[in-house]
Amino acid sequence: MTQYLEFEKPLAEIEGKAEELRAMARSNEEMDVDDEAAALDKKAAQLLQDLYKDLTPWRKCQVARHPERPHCRDYINELFTEYTPLAGDRNFADDLAVMGGLARFNDQPVMVIGHEKGSDTKSRITHNFGMARPEGYRKAVRLMEMAGRFGLPVITLVDTTGAYPGKGAEERGQSEAIARSTEMCLKIGVPLISVIIGEGGSGGAVAFATANRVAMLEHAVYSVISPEGCASILWKDAEKMREAAEALRLTAQDLKALDVADRIIPEPLGGAHRHPDASFRAVEAALREMLAELGDMKPAELIADRRKKFLDIGSKGLAA
Amino acid sequence: MNWITNYVRPRINSIFSRREVPENLWKKCDECGTMLFHRELSDNQNVCTNCGHHMHITPRDRFEALFDAGVFAEVKVPEPVVDPLKFRDQKRYPDRMRAAQKKTGEKEAMLVATGEIGRTPIVACAQDFSFMGGSMGMYVGNAIIAAAQEAVKLHRPLVLFSAAGGARMQEGILSLMQMPRTTVAVQMLKEAGLPYIVVLTHPTTGGVTASYAMLGDVHISEPNALICFAGPRVIEQTIREKLPDGFQRAEYLLDHGMLDRVVARTEMRAELITIIRMLLNLPPQVHGDLPAPEPVAAIENVETPSEPVATAETKPE
Ligand SMILES: [Zn+2]
Repeated sequence: MTQYLEFEKPLAEIEGKAEELRAMARSNEEMDVDDEAAALDKKAAQLLQDLYKDLTPWRKCQVARHPERPHCRDYINELFTEYTPLAGDRNFADDLAVMGGLARFNDQPVMVIGHEKGSDTKSRITHNFGMARPEGYRKAVRLMEMAGRFGLPVITLVDTTGAYPGKGAEERGQSEAIARSTEMCLKIGVPLISVIIGEGGSGGAVAFATANRVAMLEHAVYSVISPEGCASILWKDAEKMREAAEALRLTAQDLKALDVADRIIPEPLGGAHRHPDASFRAVEAALREMLAELGDMKPAELIADRRKKFLDIGSKGLAA
Repeated sequence: MNWITNYVRPRINSIFSRREVPENLWKKCDECGTMLFHRELSDNQNVCTNCGHHMHITPRDRFEALFDAGVFAEVKVPEPVVDPLKFRDQKRYPDRMRAAQKKTGEKEAMLVATGEIGRTPIVACAQDFSFMGGSMGMYVGNAIIAAAQEAVKLHRPLVLFSAAGGARMQEGILSLMQMPRTTVAVQMLKEAGLPYIVVLTHPTTGGVTASYAMLGDVHISEPNALICFAGPRVIEQTIREKLPDGFQRAEYLLDHGMLDRVVARTEMRAELITIIRMLLNLPPQVHGDLPAPEPVAAIENVETPSEPVATAETKPE
């Protein structure tokens, strides 16, 4: 059963009605609802298309945060083989908000690292809603460094509201851990590819997304601050998140125009969660192409390419 | 433009052009409430002479106190695209910029300069908290990159004074991208074998702390400075408990291993000279106002310092 977002309410009504009719027909053999249900289906399909044709930035934030959206774990399971999780930062703990380990992509060994938000109450708590502590970033640093030494491409899957704002996280150096992770991203002489699969939340995302290639799913968002946070600071009213989402230019389309994202990966109609399999295939195809683009580059070239990419960002703005 | 206009003569400049002097001869310490005579306070680098509380200081005033005889040359920072997102909240971003420029008399939130401290040539940059909360946007990123490039070119250490509420929201994702961009700047220094000293001042938070401010060879902070990734209010809302006294203050970070030292602003110059000269393998600072030693003659009798250091030390401006 799909969970509908607020703006999908009219769609929920139509799809609900069609579902109801079919349920009635199942319990009453004499009823013929096929035509009526088909008409509703058609109406729903049209509405879905209309709703998703031109999503506002705030609606994209909601889609990006949809609880049923495929998460890091799903992509790892679907796109990789022999996934072998590697745990711990060798200092303090293993942070379950960050998944990572060795795996094969099209038989090629790689290091895959990503934020995992969890998919039900229990797993969300286990994974701290995808909000990493310093140990998560230090685990990533360890895995990236190892990948660099063994010549394995690194693939990061970004999906986080942001780094965890907690007492222990601060005491153990959240800032330093994020800074070191970004630094390691820039240092390694192997292809580093990042896909923003849902939310790219501020520094907690940058720490994984300082990559040779940054791809974003069509309805993913990537921002310096959440629209709610921005609204409460600049509008002094957290309810102004629609305006803030608009102003922040956080959509994949805007980020592509700003050269922050290198490519947009199309999502199935109605968002990745409506047809996860189509999303998996689209991400797989994009990863394959990006790996091929970087395949012939030497370690020094990869490092230079990454530096140049980021130093060049900001040389153009957006039209009004 | 005449090159000499780049140089700032400190005392004269501060007497004739400081805007707040006429109406505010006295300033109240935010901490202990003592009324302090403006001149006395500025002579003490805005540190309360009664309780030692460190008040805000502008980059320009800081540099005047830091550099030998208060003399420094500004380094030009490449201009970024203005208002790249056409950002508008309750005000338009260009209007906020103009207001900040008028208030501070500065173009942007970071000043980059070259000069000498204790006859040790350095590059320094300082963030201006009074300019839109010191926020890190493209200009600040460009400033740090320019500072690092200048340091590499002149083969000098970089001293960075951080002060910021975080990234500049009005530049959206482009402000966030200053985290990797400034990290590249730090890497340039490290690859060139140059010391990178960070002086964290009140407050240093958010994406600034989580990038260039936490990647120094040596981290020094001014007393009681707030230094954090997430601010205390955000944390209290998240964990729903009261935070301990002094949480995220300089001394607390020192206890938790994030800083090397907490040093009073009035001692900072001497501290920086000592540390930098050791890192550069230079002899101790010569105290007193002696004429600069003849580089060639001086080197003959003592152990020869390593090649690039000698170049930096004797390079004419
Ligand atoms: Zn006082």
